[in-house]
Amino acid sequence: MMKKLRILSLALAGALCFSVLAGCGSSNGGTANTPTGGNTETPAGGSAEPSGDASGAIKIGGIGPLTGGAATYGVATKQGAEIAVAEINALGGVQLSLDFQDDEGDFEKALNAYNKLKDDGMQILYGCTTTQPCVAVSSETYADRYFQLTPSASSTDVTEGKDNVFQMCFTDPDQGVTAANYIQENGLANKVAVIYNNGDAYSSGIAQGFIAQAKEIGLELVAEETFPDDTNTDFSVQLGNAQSAGAELVFMPIYYGPASLVLNQAKGMGYSPIFMGGDGMDGILDIDGFDTSLAEGLLLMTPFNASSTEERTANFVAKYQEAYGNLPNQFAADGYDCMYAIYEAVQKAGITADMDHETVCDKLIETFTSSDFTVDGLTGSGMSWSASGEITKDPQVFKVENGVYVAQ
Amino acid sequence: MDILQNLINGISLGSVYAIIALGYTMVYGIAKMLNFAHGDVIMVGAYICFYAVSKYQLPPLVGILLAMAVCTVLGVVIERLAYKPLRQSASLAVLITAIGVSYFLQNAALLLWQSDPKNFPTFLNGIFGDKGITFLGRSITGTTVVTVLACVIIMVALTAFTGMTKMGKAMRACSEDKAAAQLMGIDVNRTISMTFAIGSALAAIAGVLLCSAYPQLTPTTGSLPGIKAFTAAVFGGIGSIPGALLGGLLLGVIEIFAMTFSTELSNAVVFAVLIIVLLVKPTGLLGKQIREKV
Repeated sequence: MMKKLRILSLALAGALCFSVLAGCGSSNGGTANTPTGGNTETPAGGSAEPSGDASGAIKIGGIGPLTGGAATYGVATKQGAEIAVAEINALGGVQLSLDFQDDEGDFEKALNAYNKLKDDGMQILYGCTTTQPCVAVSSETYADRYFQLTPSASSTDVTEGKDNVFQMCFTDPDQGVTAANYIQENGLANKVAVIYNNGDAYSSGIAQGFIAQAKEIGLELVAEETFPDDTNTDFSVQLGNAQSAGAELVFMPIYYGPASLVLNQAKGMGYSPIFMGGDGMDGILDIDGFDTSLAEGLLLMTPFNASSTEERTANFVAKYQEAYGNLPNQFAADGYDCMYAIYEAVQKAGITADMDHETVCDKLIETFTSSDFTVDGLTGSGMSWSASGEITKDPQVFKVENGVYVAQ
Repeated sequence: MDILQNLINGISLGSVYAIIALGYTMVYGIAKMLNFAHGDVIMVGAYICFYAVSKYQLPPLVGILLAMAVCTVLGVVIERLAYKPLRQSASLAVLITAIGVSYFLQNAALLLWQSDPKNFPTFLNGIFGDKGITFLGRSITGTTVVTVLACVIIMVALTAFTGMTKMGKAMRACSEDKAAAQLMGIDVNRTISMTFAIGSALAAIAGVLLCSAYPQLTPTTGSLPGIKAFTAAVFGGIGSIPGALLGGLLLGVIEIFAMTFSTELSNAVVFAVLIIVLLVKPTGLLGKQIREKV
């Protein structure tokens, strides 16, 4: 009995080893990535051939939340970039490969993802999607010398003091300033209230810019209301304060999810000021089941309009819908533009797949900051970058009318 | 500061906590376990109702009943697969399993229904017309009225059920001493399954009411209200059915009033009150003093 068992277990162990080896061998043949566990697979796979990729694609690593609360943004930036990569590769010139890792919107997971991408031989980093992970990862890329382009992390903390980090989105304080100026120039309101998430760098960044500018240009700020990151469902108190202070316009630089609740609760209490939001408001009309009449008259700032008839945008929207079944938002468009910006910079700087990341980083920094480098994309034309990594493009104000964005 | 308006806002928030807390306290009171997955069963119930009403255009009542049916089955299945094998294990093991189930449900929902928020249909708000009920010049939404009514009805029904029916008595017996109950001929496993079935059906109702009051639905919708409701249940005395209602309402009112002083500190104030209550009365407001036998 004992002997039988032992033979059986030996056989099982043998089978296990074999299947492990076979697994390594086949995965080595199947993917284009550099093998990571070279030692174990030599007997089975015979991987003596060099690790150079047949495709010669430039390896771009991506990081963003694909699961968790911020997944909408990460998924959009990933999918938008994938569309661009497919288009670029179909052109037949420089080839790009994108390996996008999930960070759940958490900075520790983002650092893990970054280390994994580094091990896999990444040359350029695309990401992170959200601000907090991006700040954490950008300090690492700065020290390690990787070129980094973020589609949507809009805080100035992301780029500050780091020459290798560039943004595709406009910065938070900029948006706040633009909003305050817009209200003043168009005479929308004299008494203004702000409701923002003070547990979120994005939201408070815009709000601070807005508040400072509002004081500067003489808008009367009657209520300055905040809510913490984890209590974002009940806004009755904040709205009540804005209402009793007589605010004619409520500026809320918050994401569209909580914003939809604000609109709903304002209607419930019979309060109907002008509501205005930043680019995080983009997407509110596409919430499944959202009563778009609630958003009637809502103002928002976004560089991208999915209902635009402009040819390149329409083409992108059609492809995106076909591939993923829903309308792309601004994040997807930023992702798409990021890939094209990298593509154009890579061509201009003459970067190839066998260059090490330090060289790539130096060359791309030089290209991005050179005065004759501009990119035309979905989110702006003639976009250029300053040495600090900030982009120059203008936020455009849209108004919701009859359930669609209308450019103002 | 409009005290009456804040009171109304507090009650409308608190009634949502209360209805979730009823399910928590029911399961804890009888099975003596903290079902941390309760908040996520709520989320599942809300999604079922959302799809039934918004996508398949079923009448809201059918949507609610469907959500209750699905959640009941889900609750019983979770109990069978995850909790029953651990009935004899340390309570810590069951607690960790419950947290595991909670994450499992959240991520399964993420796969099934994606992360983008859904807007829950506000059919309850229309019950008393567009403006809701006017009370001393302040409007109260239909959802709040329905939620408060539902809380009271469920509380009375649960109290009557555990006090008067045979199954209810069996539940109380199990709650006191499982081994002794078994010796008296009570099928403990069946009784606990029944508890989970009722608790999960209540979760479905709570999900619909939660999302009617705050019509944003994501896979993590249930988790924070779940924790707040758990706090409410402890506040009122966990295991006590009227305590859940009282705790929920008080928690909501305290939270809203704390917010009028400082939105940043509102949660800190809520939990500070909880700590003070527990220091003075360790079993919660309406909790029973249970003497441990030596």
